[in-house]
Amino acid sequence: MCKVTDLRQSVLARNDRGAQELREELAARGTVMVNLLSSPGSGKTALLESELGLARLRGVPVAALTADLATENDANRLARSGAPVRQVLTDGLCHLESAMVRSHVDSWLPEGTHLLFVENVGNLVCPASYDLGESLRVVLASVTEGEDKPLKYPTAFGLAHLVLVTKYDIAGAVGFDEPAFLAAVAQVNPGVEVVRTSSRDGDGAGVLLERALAVHAGAAVHRPVMARTAVQHGHAHEHGHEHGHAHSHEHPHEGAAGHTRSVDHTH
Amino acid sequence: MHEMSIAVAVVEQVEEAAARLADGTGAAPSARSVHLEVGELAGVVADALAFSFDLACTGTVLEGAALTTETVPGRARCARCARDWPTGMPPRLSCPGCDGAATELLAGRELRITEVRWAEAEQRRPVATLPEEQ
Repeated sequence: MCKVTDLRQSVLARNDRGAQELREELAARGTVMVNLLSSPGSGKTALLESELGLARLRGVPVAALTADLATENDANRLARSGAPVRQVLTDGLCHLESAMVRSHVDSWLPEGTHLLFVENVGNLVCPASYDLGESLRVVLASVTEGEDKPLKYPTAFGLAHLVLVTKYDIAGAVGFDEPAFLAAVAQVNPGVEVVRTSSRDGDGAGVLLERALAVHAGAAVHRPVMARTAVQHGHAHEHGHEHGHAHSHEHPHEGAAGHTRSVDHTH
Repeated sequence: MHEMSIAVAVVEQVEEAAARLADGTGAAPSARSVHLEVGELAGVVADALAFSFDLACTGTVLEGAALTTETVPGRARCARCARDWPTGMPPRLSCPGCDGAATELLAGRELRITEVRWAEAEQRRPVATLPEEQ
């Protein structure tokens, strides 16, 4: 027989712990993080440009991180709003992880920022699995992408606190089947709010800012079914360690991880 | 493809477990196999993970270790009408009975290392049991 370690440890435990710690630290600083996810070209940057501009007009202290594999084009676009903006270059990585956001928060985020918008890498698969420490996760889908997108990317849409339909001004021209899209969203994330937006004609402008400010003011966010795990383990697995080594002292986070619902980033 | 990042996270955690086993003896054991539970809704492709795992293990105590994955089917329950159903893929998370949104996910988002088998040694020793998550 060989030696076996019964590990029962979430693979993403380190990321999730880092995210939870960041969320708590940001809360203590009075900052709410908003994580924006979509496929490439859905209009994250255009929407964010408009929301940052509105925030500046209203005197709301906002900042933005924008992630791409390469180029600083998006940061340059967003910086035109006058808000503090930083480009995160992932050097080929397809998603952000909480530690990457953390390093920017520590080194750059201006004190007194109420809302930190994080424009994730354009990708609906990988970023969906990584909690960054956000309190509001927003998923965008443009009308050109197909009504079944929420079914094809159920983790992304299933964990959203808010869904924004973008480029709504051309919905008629491209034959966007809105009822089918709404049904697909409801199948994977029943109860989530869906808002139509158009950066071109201003439809829905300011909605993202309002929702984020509501969270900043303490409003409850939608709890997606996918984040509502019914499992109640009650931490029954903290048996003693046969070897009596100072496990809990050497690895203080391991114990804490058991109390963190790694999939539930709603508060 | 974030399976590479997932594989690296698995390797890091197994290396930490190996280092704990080595406490006092100095020699970290090498892993022979790693068993994972992967939920149907976890957003991880098992084949891509297996490919990445081999690469991520190179030069570590996991070099040559086998990865076994067990798929956990998605299952949900309606808190209102108390029925439960397999979510399927893509998942149906509104209640098929009452169409309500009072759903709880019973299973399907697992992404968890359940067991590591080490190369040497004599007997079964559950060593570093950690609190269960998810």
